[in-house]
Parts: sequence; structure tokens; C-alpha cells
Amino acid sequence: MMENLVFVALFAPLVSSLFSALFAMTPKKSFVGMVASSLIFISFASSAILASHIAQTGHGIHVHLMDWISAGDISIPFGFMVDQVSVTMMVVVTLVSTVVHIYSMGYMDHDKSYNRFFSYLSAFVFSMMILVMSDNFAGLFIGWEGVGVCSWLLIGFWYHKKDVSREENPSISPSWAANEAFIMNRIADLGMLVGLFVIYWNTGSLQYEHVFATLPELSGSVLNTAAIALFIGAMGKSAQFPLHTWLTDAMEGPTPVSALIHAATMVTAGVFLVIRANPLFAMTPEVSYFIASLGTFVAFFAASMALVNRDLKRIIAFSTLSQLGYMFAAAGLGAYWIALFHLAAHAFFKALLFLGAGNVMHAMDDELDIFKMGGLKKAMKWTYIYMGLASLALAGIPFFAGYFSKDAIIETAWNEGTTILWFILVVTAGMTAFYSFRQVFLTFEGDKRYEKLGIHPHEMYKYVLVAMSPLAVLAVIAGFFQGSFEHFVTHLLPEYHMSEDTHHIAWFLGLIVLVFAVGGIALAYKKYYKGLVRDDRIERFPGYKLLINQYYIPVLYEKCITKPYAELSSFFWNQIDMKLVDAIVDGIASFIYSSGDKTRKMQTGNLSNYLNWMAMGATALLVVAAFSALV
Amino acid sequence: MITLTHYLVVSAILFSIGLMGVLRRRNLLMLFFSTEIMLNSVNIAFAAFSNAYGDLTGQMFAFFIIAIAASEVAVGLGLLILLYKKFGSLDLDDLANMRG
Repeated sequence: MMENLVFVALFAPLVSSLFSALFAMTPKKSFVGMVASSLIFISFASSAILASHIAQTGHGIHVHLMDWISAGDISIPFGFMVDQVSVTMMVVVTLVSTVVHIYSMGYMDHDKSYNRFFSYLSAFVFSMMILVMSDNFAGLFIGWEGVGVCSWLLIGFWYHKKDVSREENPSISPSWAANEAFIMNRIADLGMLVGLFVIYWNTGSLQYEHVFATLPELSGSVLNTAAIALFIGAMGKSAQFPLHTWLTDAMEGPTPVSALIHAATMVTAGVFLVIRANPLFAMTPEVSYFIASLGTFVAFFAASMALVNRDLKRIIAFSTLSQLGYMFAAAGLGAYWIALFHLAAHAFFKALLFLGAGNVMHAMDDELDIFKMGGLKKAMKWTYIYMGLASLALAGIPFFAGYFSKDAIIETAWNEGTTILWFILVVTAGMTAFYSFRQVFLTFEGDKRYEKLGIHPHEMYKYVLVAMSPLAVLAVIAGFFQGSFEHFVTHLLPEYHMSEDTHHIAWFLGLIVLVFAVGGIALAYKKYYKGLVRDDRIERFPGYKLLINQYYIPVLYEKCITKPYAELSSFFWNQIDMKLVDAIVDGIASFIYSSGDKTRKMQTGNLSNYLNWMAMGATALLVVAAFSALV
Repeated sequence: MITLTHYLVVSAILFSIGLMGVLRRRNLLMLFFSTEIMLNSVNIAFAAFSNAYGDLTGQMFAFFIIAIAASEVAVGLGLLILLYKKFGSLDLDDLANMRG
């Protein structure tokens, strides 16, 4: 019974994808969206039933579908494992997917590739389910690549848009952004593959159970290599520095895609990998500490860029980067369940935030510059409420979801005695609050700057707003399940307890974070609530320029990597490929051609000449025969 | 005393004459005569070897060649007459119409 549910949860998205693909080349058909959404909902319902089953019994479900690869010593079955960790991911993924599918029915309403969109979106859900449910690293890698392909397809969904200069649009074009994301991930996936090879080489298996059971027998250097290599893979998928630039450019995709893939689910795959492989990372404290430090750095680094950005979606993308940094900080410090908890809570409110941004985009005729918005609250009351709630949750205001999950991470940093990390995370919390509310106030409050552009904003369809409500509810209440969630997942993940001392001053630590968060909101209120007042002195300040240009990192990559690489490639093309490789191949062909052309003249049509040639040939054969007889 | 060598020398001379005829002559009829000379030079060699080794196979083979040469000439001359009727000449330089 439960085994069947596992298969339903896994394959319903595949069926949905294939069904939509049948109509991919035809004009919009509303039923495609409905069927796809219901199939994803079926997957969600199965996942939820599985979750409650596992909560009751406390045991995971392990199913073996078939033998996949068996060659020589290597044997990799197609097995799926539904346990506390994967079922959490399944519920989060399918829930957000269901909402996003329904939302897309409204958002993609006027798009001519409506059916194709659903096919890609469902294919993504299927890949993500494989990624989280697989019981071995090979299956995880397949899902990992699958979500990469779907991400590429969806970022470049509007592939017909032309490339423009970086000044006009920092992401250049959807197809450029899609390729950037794919290539960045390819760099990281190489690390991941190396990690898998190291694991297989040393443990003789890729099954999680077997690998984790064999870990204690391995030497420290092997463990470190495997951990570092796997983390490089995680860095790519979760867009950690220095592979972070693709995530903000990925905002070129349709907004539901940004909500589902580039905020709630796919980018958390890296965090999921670290949580899934926690026995490995627990045995490599140096690597874990590096993960925590990098996570903290990225949290701060991304938040700083979000402070000044003017693009609605990019601000949220930076915020996603920053929150991923928080998750890695928690995972690196050993608080795996807290990382998973923040992952789930973040998925809800960040998806809500993105979908809200999609509503705004829809209303503003795809305008994304918050400096051109303002005063939208009258026209878009519900979107304002949703985005406000999501921002409160993101800022960590008490009793919203983010308050519980983010505070737990900050508390962990204090508990581990890493005061510097703790301090940076606290400051980042303040920045998070500031940029979230800067964006909300600039969009919804103050003067109606859009009127100059002649835009008449309107609220999104009713059913879309209703579909978003589960996320809004969860963004508010998810935090209250902290206790039961901890109890649920620590069956599998290591427990993490605060020390006595931390416990005593927890209220005080929480208060500090709260002061920063409220301070951030208050500052945003003071500066932006009444309307936009641009300050030339600040905008001319070098620090501001540095931040708005993303620390010049995209330009640096282009100047130092892309351009030289392109030049190197054209050198190889012109000098080596054309002059050496092609020359040899062409030479052989032209030699044969010209020899044929020259010997053609033998065919005079005169029998006498032919007979002469024949006699010459016979004589030559005779000479050869004579010589071979002599030798 | 006439030995095997003498026969073979005669055979070789005849063969060379035939070959030269095949290579140098331009008239198809002459080419036919030349091939006949070559065939008969081979017959001489066969008969000489047969005699020298006391084995009748060589002579038998010579008879076969004579029979086949006769039928070949019958067919060949028929073709030549047709060619002559068609082109009015048997000169090979006139007959060359398949230049590559």
C-alpha cells in the first residue's frame, strides 16, 4: 500500500510532464494546466500521507524498483527511500509545486507556449523527486542533472528575446542567462562527480546505507577529499560564492519558475545534499567549518547587494542567496535539522514572495524597477498582504516562520562559540529586514510613480490569489511546528541541543536579533514609506556603485574568464582546428580527388591503349612474382 | 638434337611477336591474328612440356585451347563484321568513343 504511494508520488509528475508534452506544439489548452496541476496535487497528497505514516511508525519506506546498472563489480539499483528527511523535502517540493502550477495557469495565461511550460515545470518536479527520494548517490546525481536541464529549459523559456548590453539588462538575455546557469552548474557538477568517484573507489558502493556504514574505516584525507568535492557540487546548485552569479540572472525565466526552482526547491538541493550526507560532513570538522564560514559570508555578501538593487525579482534572488547562506551555516555547524527546518520554512515564504512579485509584474506590464512603482496597495490589496506577510517572515519578526528557523541558526552560531559568524549573521538579519521592507514600501506605499508610465495596474485573478493562500498560511504558522518537526526528523538526523549557557541567554540573543530586524524595518519605513527620495550623495558613493554592480563580479568574470576563453577558443579554431586538424582531413580528401582526376585521363576509349596498360600491368606482376620467388 | 629449350625459345619468340602485334597494331582484325599467334605459341609450349615430361595433360590442354580459339574466332569475327557494318572501319583510333 505505502509502496504504491511512493510510486504515485514519484511518477505523477512524470505523467503530468508527458501529458503536457503531447500538446507542446499546439496553441494554449486550459485543460493541460488543470490536468498537470491535479497530477502534482496527487503527488502532494501521496507525499503528505507518506509523511503522516512515517511520523506514526517512525520507520522509513525503502522500495526497490529494478536493477539499473550492473556491470562487473558495480551494481546500482533503482531504489527509492522515503524517510524523515526525504519525505520533508517531498512535501515541501510538491506543495510549492502545486501552488506554482495553479499560479502558472493564471500567470502564463497569455503565453503562446502555455502547454510547453507545464511540461517543463512538471519534468522539473519529477527530477526533484528523484533527487530527494533516491537511496543512492547515482540516483541523486541523475535527479541533480535533471533539475539542471529543466532549470536551463525554463530560464531560457523566452529564448526568442534578443541579447542586449549589460547596462540595459544585467542578465543580457534569457538564453544567455540559461547558458550561464548551466555552465556554472557544470563546473560544480565536475566536483560532485569527483566526489562520487572518490566515494565509490573507497567504499565500493554508492548506496547511502553502505557508504555511511563504511565511513569510519576510511582515512581522514579520503573523507576530506570526498566532503570537499561533494560540497563543490552543492556550491554550484545552491549558488554559493564564487558560483553565485547565475542565480540572479536566472530571474530572466518566468516568475513561477523563479518561485519554484530558483527559490524554493532546486537551489536548496545543495543544502539537502549536505544534510543527506551528514555522517560524512560530521566526520570532517574542517570542511564543515569552511561550509559554515562560506555560508555566513554569502549570507552577508548577498544581503549587501540586495540593499541597493532596484529590480524586484533580483532583490528576492539575492535574498534567496543570503538565506541559502544561513542554511549552509547551520549545516556546517552541525545543526542539520535546523538547516532542514529553515529550508522548509524558507521555501514557503520565499515562494510566496516571488509569486507576489509575479503579480506585481503582471500588473505593471513586466516592469520590474521598484523605483517606477509605488502606491500599488490600493490596486493590489491581496498581493500587498501576501508580500507583507512573506517579508515579515523573511525578516524574522516574532511568531512568523522565519523567526523560529533563522533565530535557531543564529543561536547555533553563538552556541558553537563562533562569535564572528554569529555577529555577521545578526547584522545580516538586520539587512534582510531592511531590504525586504525597502522593496515592499517602494512597491506598495508612497506616491504612484507608475502613473507617469501610463500603466493601469490590476489585481491578479481570484483563483490565483486563493491558490497562494496555503503558502501565506504556512509562512505565518510554520514556525509553531518547530518542536514536532525536530522530534520527527531527529529520528534520522543527529540531534542538536543548545548548551545550558546558551539556553539561559537565548531570550537575550533573540532580543538582539529582533532589535536588528525591527531596526532594519524602521529604517526602511523612515526612508521609503512616504515615497522615493533619491539621494545623489549616496548614489555617487563608491560603496553604492560597488554594490549596485554586484561587486563588479559579473564584469570581472566576463573580463577575466569569458573573454580570454573566447579568444583562446577562436585561436584554437583558427590556428589548430582549421590549420592542422581540418587541413589533414581536407588534404586526404583532395589527394584522393586529384589522383582520381589525374588517372581519369587513362580512359581514352582507345582499345589499343587499354591493351598497352594491361600488358604493362601484367609485366609488372610478372616482375613482382619473379622477385618474390627469388627472395 | 632439338631439346625442350629450343621449343620454348620458339614459343617465346612467337608469343613476343603476338604481343607486339596486340600492342602496336591498330586494325582489330590484325589484333585478332596476333592473339591467335599468342595462343598458338602457348600451345607449342604445352606440347613441348608434355613431350619432355611424358605427361599427356599438356597436349590435352593444347587441344582444348585450339577448340576454344576456334569458337572464339567464330564469335569474334561475327562481331567484327557487325562493327565494320556500323562504323565502316576497323581501325581502333576511329572506334574510340568512350573517352574518360
